[in-house]
Amino acid sequence: MSAPTETLLELENITAGYGRIVALNGIDLKVQTGAMVTLLGANGAGKTTTLKTISGLVRASGGTVRFAGEDITQTPAHEIARRGLVHVPEGRHVLRGLSVRENLELGAFTVKDPATRRKRMDEVFALFPVLAKRQHGDGSLLSGGEQQMLAIGRALMHGPRLLLLDEPSMGLAPKLVIETMQIVKRLSEAGTTILLVEQNARLALKLAHYGYVLESGHIRMQGEAATLRADKSIVQAYLGE
Amino acid sequence: MSVFDIFLQQLVNGLVLGSFYALVALGYTMIYGVVKLLNFAHGDVYMVGGFVGFLVLSVVAPMVGPGWTGVAVSMVVAMIAVGFLGVVIQRVAYQPMLNAPRLSILITALAVSLVLQNGVLTLTHGQYQPMGADLGFGGVNLGLLFISYNQMILVGTAAALMIALELFVSRTQYGRAMRAISIDKDMCRLMGINVTAVIAVTFFIGSALAAAAGTMAGAYYGSVWYFMGFLIGIKAFTAAVIGGIGSIPGAMLGGLILGLLESFGTQIPGIGSEWKDVFSFAVLILVLVLKPTGLLGKSEQERM
Repeated sequence: MSAPTETLLELENITAGYGRIVALNGIDLKVQTGAMVTLLGANGAGKTTTLKTISGLVRASGGTVRFAGEDITQTPAHEIARRGLVHVPEGRHVLRGLSVRENLELGAFTVKDPATRRKRMDEVFALFPVLAKRQHGDGSLLSGGEQQMLAIGRALMHGPRLLLLDEPSMGLAPKLVIETMQIVKRLSEAGTTILLVEQNARLALKLAHYGYVLESGHIRMQGEAATLRADKSIVQAYLGE
Repeated sequence: MSVFDIFLQQLVNGLVLGSFYALVALGYTMIYGVVKLLNFAHGDVYMVGGFVGFLVLSVVAPMVGPGWTGVAVSMVVAMIAVGFLGVVIQRVAYQPMLNAPRLSILITALAVSLVLQNGVLTLTHGQYQPMGADLGFGGVNLGLLFISYNQMILVGTAAALMIALELFVSRTQYGRAMRAISIDKDMCRLMGINVTAVIAVTFFIGSALAAAAGTMAGAYYGSVWYFMGFLIGIKAFTAAVIGGIGSIPGAMLGGLILGLLESFGTQIPGIGSEWKDVFSFAVLILVLVLKPTGLLGKSEQERM
């Protein structure tokens, strides 16, 4: 593994929008290799757009996105994914009509070696035994929590260098929220670099090393997660808790 | 001839007809799946397939003979050539329209249909071109029922192609990607799938299947002409809708049902073969009224 001080992802003055609506207005952000960074903010602050701009689903109108030292601002989304930057979007996007197993197989679309695919599948099944049990069933018939596991498992099939997680706990029962977050923590401890968008700010700041707070397309503040968490006024003013 | 013999004979006839419908319907449904386009030029792609098969056969017949070997060679060449034609059509005509309103791309498809039809009309002066295949008249007699070898080969080839397609779609990563693209394109991009490339492969396969049907139809019926794709295009579209547009097994089923209905329909006393088209389209209307998603189609929720 590379030194923890190495920058894996860097956004420099990123602007993006939908038509005339400006969603991001000059975002600067860094994720170090091996770190877990969280991106917080109210609804509509631009968290999801930031992730989509990184993964190439939304084109930046200005600024630069660099991944592993390379400029990927204009790179097509599938090419970005191929390089190991894997985005698990909000809402899970399990492919209905395809079995759990097929969903996972497609997660490894860029992995040409069948042996590696099998090995990863075993790892995912070890991490989420419920997926192994229901591997032949339609992925969209899983419960919300199981679908989230499938979405994360599918991303792991890729062998990601950087995982973008968009609201993995959204819509889950409190017990499953904790469970999901524990999985995220385990992935991070296993060395996966993670950029986490999460509505549960308190929880996210507990897991992450570093945090950014977005407001109306700007970075309003940033700092070590512990520092942000300790500042009660920040938590109240910006995180709405 | 007993009623049972007539039944069996019409079953065979229906299977032959249904095989053609199914092969063409598959392209309709696959292309609809990945780009949500009713490719009204697909019948004409079938026609071009027939002509390519005709040209290749006239070249290879002196070498390998005008029998099934020659037809098989012609069919394979036609499938490859027309597969690429499908990719070119997609790139030139449809790709730029993918983000335009649905109606625009539909009209583009009609334009492509006219270009292909009139292109071949001009080149051939609207003449029927005798295919020159010599397939013989052998067959198997089962009582009063006669099944020709040609019918067997034709239905067998169609079945083999459909099994190959089914294996491709269910067992390979590209096949899975093809199904995934019809569900969620953005998610596919995030998984590293080159959506444009998979769409191209889909057009290739869909067009190649139509070309196989075109060549076999030319060989079986004895000639090709520029308008041969019109009616089968509409019939295949009907078959795809009956089976559930977007569903691959649905297209196979719809094609067979339509073929069988048409051949049996002509046997109803008082109704002659001139009524068979009325039959098909009446069934289309019936299916649209009773089960708008088709027999095997799933209702599609709009994702916000």
